[in-house]
Amino acid sequence: MDSSLRDLYQEIILDHSRHPRHFGPLATANHMAEGHNPLCGDRVKVYLKVDAKDRIEDVSFEGRGCAISVASASLMTDMLKGRSVAEAERLMGGFLNLVKGEDAAELESDDRETLEVMAGVSAFPMRVKCATLAWHAMKAALDDEGAARTE
Amino acid sequence: MNADPKLTPAYDVAALRRDFPILSREVHGRPLVYLDNAASAQKPIQVLDAMARFTTSEYANVHRGVHYLSGAATERYEEARRRVQRFLNAEHEEEIIYTKGCTEAINLVAQSYLAPLIQPGDEIVLSVMEHHSNIVPWHFLRERQGAVLKWVDVSDLGELDPADVARSITPKTKLVAITHMSNVLGTKTALKEIVRIAHEKGVPVLADGCQGAVHGTVDVRALDVDFYALTGHKLYGPTGIGILYAKRAHLKTMRPYQGGGEMIREVTRANVTYADAPMRFEAGTPPIVQTVGLAAALDYLDFVGRDAATAHEDALAKLATQRLKELNGVRIIGEAKGKGPLISFEAIGIHAHDLATILDREGVAVRGGHHCAQVLMERFNVPGTARASFALYNTVAEVDALVSAVQVARKVFG
Repeated sequence: MDSSLRDLYQEIILDHSRHPRHFGPLATANHMAEGHNPLCGDRVKVYLKVDAKDRIEDVSFEGRGCAISVASASLMTDMLKGRSVAEAERLMGGFLNLVKGEDAAELESDDRETLEVMAGVSAFPMRVKCATLAWHAMKAALDDEGAARTE
Repeated sequence: MNADPKLTPAYDVAALRRDFPILSREVHGRPLVYLDNAASAQKPIQVLDAMARFTTSEYANVHRGVHYLSGAATERYEEARRRVQRFLNAEHEEEIIYTKGCTEAINLVAQSYLAPLIQPGDEIVLSVMEHHSNIVPWHFLRERQGAVLKWVDVSDLGELDPADVARSITPKTKLVAITHMSNVLGTKTALKEIVRIAHEKGVPVLADGCQGAVHGTVDVRALDVDFYALTGHKLYGPTGIGILYAKRAHLKTMRPYQGGGEMIREVTRANVTYADAPMRFEAGTPPIVQTVGLAAALDYLDFVGRDAATAHEDALAKLATQRLKELNGVRIIGEAKGKGPLISFEAIGIHAHDLATILDREGVAVRGGHHCAQVLMERFNVPGTARASFALYNTVAEVDALVSAVQVARKVFG
């Protein structure tokens, strides 16, 4: 088997895709957006509860898609809980750089280590959109845009 | 590939493969196994040579100049039209209209033939297994003119019962638009029977022949179909060229499609009159070189033998179906009797895109996704499928490669 395949489908990614964390609608959410990739049909809804101090109190997602998009969404929700909105946006910037194979200097070393498991996507340019879908939906939710699309 | 077992006697697939230079390349360090033929087929050297020869020795614009090359190019361009006419067994030359593909051919019928006839509430009958190119042009008429789309379902095996088409036709039906062969399920529709039923009720039929024209003989006169749309690039020809066959009886009432050069008779400040078919529907400089390429592709198909090619492809698909079914957790979607040589399948627990990515790393090119058939995906309640589709140059060794690549995917996903 191709070693880049092993990098892409690491055990931790398969685990997140099989057992996604924070999965399902969030009744207390005050921000929500749907991410849709019309080319592959993947859909993900991201729910956020942001408190008065711009802190993400709770977060969840639901939807269906490939292992990469589900694992990425699951990993994202794991990381966002308790963060400020500004931090969430910085994480997203770093993540987008990481999956494109670029330097992600804006990430703290802990965060970088956590997100590094998705870096294997950079060897699969056709799959980068799968990895970024949930993050774009999260940003659209924070910006109250309602929907995000990657294609 | 010399050792490849022969599925049909006297069919020399190794020799044919040498006509397709791209087939000898590698992908990710492995021999290319190209099984995405339903999306687009590779081109034989004969097609590439014909286009290069024409471009380097006879090329000019057509139907315009009086100079030598313009005449020569026009002759080749019209010769290609007669080649397509023979391919489809059309009665008249002017029934063959050049388009840029199947999509444009169907849009042309929607806009030139059907749009002027549609009153609010008029109905268009189509099946749930249509490609978006045979759905969206009719949605335009729904959005803009109040047409109603009536959907004919298929069975769980993917079979379409002509009686269901009959039941969907009402006095308000203006057209039946149906695929000749599904690009997802492989189902070949009983087109002749559907046309007979529709004509009994006075309703014309458009067939999407994108796949159907590749895997079997098409005789538009025997089918008695009103419109037949196909594309060149799936027939081993170039991209940018498609064909609309339109029965002569309809040509007179069809209004022009796009306006421009070549489609007019006379233009004044106050008025315009139009050329007769087919030029009435061919505004602007057409894809001249591509028509020559398409004619060469049809010659190539005849050289291989259409029946021999179809028999070879069907045998490969049958073998692949059987081998895939032997694997655990693989589900085939579309098992209609007499289906064409393509296989949509799901590896349970593996999304189509993950599967296609893993297969790709093994050198195996398949399509993964909704195949521009979202209505059908909804019908079968799947987000997408992987699809292996066979062409005249595929081999038994490639079926083996497909099956072992699916096994690799199963291993990755445990």
